[in-house]
Amino acid sequence: MATLLIAEHNNTELNEVTLKAAGAAAQLGGEVHVLVAGSGCAGAAEGAAKISGVSKVLVADAPQLDKMLAEPMAALVVSLAGNYDAIVSAATTNGKNFMPRIAALLDVSQISEISAIIDSNTFERPIYAGNAIQTVQTSEAKKVLTLRTTAFQAAGTDGSAAIENVSTPDLPALSNFVSEELTKSDRPELTAAKIVVSGGRGMQSGDNFAMLERVADKLGAAVGASRAAVDAGFVPNDYQVGQTGKAVAPDLYIAVGISGAIQHLAGMKDSKVIVAINKDEEAPIFQVADYGLVADLFTAVPELEQELGNIGL
Amino acid sequence: MKVLVPIKRVVDYNVKIRVKPDQTGVDLANVKMSMNPFCEIAVEEAVRLQEAGIATEIVVVSIGPSQAQETLRTALAMGADRGILVNTDAEAEPLAIAKILKAIADEEQPGLIILGKQAIDGDNNQTGQMLAALLGWSQGTYASEIKLDGDQLTVIREIDGGLQTIKLATPSIVTADLRLNEPRYASLPNIMKAKKKPIDEKSPSDFGVDIAPRLKIVKVTEPAQREAGVKVETVSELVSKLKNEAGVF
Repeated sequence: MATLLIAEHNNTELNEVTLKAAGAAAQLGGEVHVLVAGSGCAGAAEGAAKISGVSKVLVADAPQLDKMLAEPMAALVVSLAGNYDAIVSAATTNGKNFMPRIAALLDVSQISEISAIIDSNTFERPIYAGNAIQTVQTSEAKKVLTLRTTAFQAAGTDGSAAIENVSTPDLPALSNFVSEELTKSDRPELTAAKIVVSGGRGMQSGDNFAMLERVADKLGAAVGASRAAVDAGFVPNDYQVGQTGKAVAPDLYIAVGISGAIQHLAGMKDSKVIVAINKDEEAPIFQVADYGLVADLFTAVPELEQELGNIGL
Repeated sequence: MKVLVPIKRVVDYNVKIRVKPDQTGVDLANVKMSMNPFCEIAVEEAVRLQEAGIATEIVVVSIGPSQAQETLRTALAMGADRGILVNTDAEAEPLAIAKILKAIADEEQPGLIILGKQAIDGDNNQTGQMLAALLGWSQGTYASEIKLDGDQLTVIREIDGGLQTIKLATPSIVTADLRLNEPRYASLPNIMKAKKKPIDEKSPSDFGVDIAPRLKIVKVTEPAQREAGVKVETVSELVSKLKNEAGVF
C-alpha cells in the first residue's frame, strides 16, 4: 500500500495546498511518496521533503515538465504508477487538468474533488454545486483521486524524507507553453487565506474593488469575487469563488454586494464565519450568513475600514 | 475541419435540486432539464468557427436517455449540422463516456473536439481530459479563448493564478470555460430548420463499450445546512460581534 501525491509548486516553492493534500493522503493508510515534477524544481523538492509523514520525494526534473502540462505529466505519472495503489493530487487547475488523463491511461475511474475520506476506498464529494453530497466507493486496482484541499488539515513540516531523482520516460510534445499572465498580489492566496473579502455585481466597477482591497489589507485577507463580477470584467478570472471557480473555507468570509447564487455558495459555504453586506434584504446570501448587514456597500465598506482601524487593525 | 461537440442533458442550472429521501440520488422526476451550460458554450464556439469559415461541419453527440434528443435539437438549432444520440438510460461514468466518444471520433475523424469543462450535475470535470488520453491527442482545458491557424491551435486557459497561453498540435481537445463566449439563443426559423436535421441513433453496445459503473454510489445525502445568523444594524455592531462573539480578529 503506497500513495503517490503529485505536488503543486512553482519549481522554487511548494504550494501550501500540497500540505493539505498530504494531510488527506495520510488518511489513506500506507506510505506517502511525493512527486515533484518540474524544471529546476530542487527548491520545491526540498519543501516536499519537509512534509510530515512523507517517506520519499521523487523528483522528475525536465524542461518539458516546467509548467506541468497534461500530456508530459500523464506520461510521467503513468511510468511511475506501477508502485502505487493510489495517485492523488489537490484539485487545482493543474491537478484537474492532468489527473483524468492519468486515470484514462490507466483505464480506471477517477474520483474528483473529494471532501472527506471515510476509509481508504470510500469517499465523500460534493455534486450539484454542493447541493448534494455523494458517498462513493471504489474497487479499482488503482485509485486516482483529486482532493478539495479546503476540507483537510495541513500536514506538518517537520519531516526529512529522502529525495530521489527519477528518470523521465519519452514525454509527448503535443503541447507547448507560450506565456502566462499571472495576477500579482502581495495578499495571501485565495484558497489558503484565513480571511477572504469578496465582491459581487454590486461593486459596479473594477475600480470600486479598491475599497475591498483596503479592508482586505487591514485584515491580511485575500480578495475574491463572484462569477458576476468576473464576467463583468471587474476582476480577473482567478478571483472567482464558486462551483466552477475556487472553493474556499476561511475562518471569515465577507461577501460584499454578492446576492448568493447557489453556484457561488458552493464555493464558500464551508467558511467558518460568513458576513454578508448587501442592500437587498431578500438576497439569498443572508440565508447562509452568520452576520448580515443590510446596507449600501458604498457607505458600509469605508465605514468598515474605519472601524477596523479603530480596533487597531 | 470537422468539429465534434459532445453535449450533456442535465438538470437546469436554475433548479434547486432535492435529494431523494431514500438517499439513492437526486430527484429528477418532473424537473426542468437543459443542455449543460458549459456544453452550450462548446456548441457556440463550434458555430463561431463555422461562421469564420474554419469549421466545415459540426457534429453534436449526446449520450443519455431518448430525451437527450431534445438537447441535440437545441444544438442543431444553434447551428450544428447533425446529431448522434447514443441512447442509454444508465448513468455512465466519465471513463465510459470517453470510450464511446473515442469510438465516434475514430469514425468521424474530427480535427477538433470541443466539450464543456464539466457538467453541473456530477461536477466531475474529467471527460475531455480522458478522451484526449484515449485518443492520444493534445488537450487545452478551461479555455477562455481559442485561435486556429492552419493546424496550430492556440488556447488561452483559465488557471488558478490567472491565464496561460499554450499552443497545441491538432487534432486536439478543447474544454470550454465560462468566458469562452456567450451562447446565442436559437431563432425560431433555426429551431424549425433544426427539426429537419438528421440525428443518428446508436447504443453503447454499437461501439463495444461496457458502460457498467466502476464506482459504487453508496448514498447521496443533503449537505449540512447552515442556519441563517443574525442581522446587525450598524458596521460598528458588526465589527464588535466579529471581535467579541465570533473571535475572528
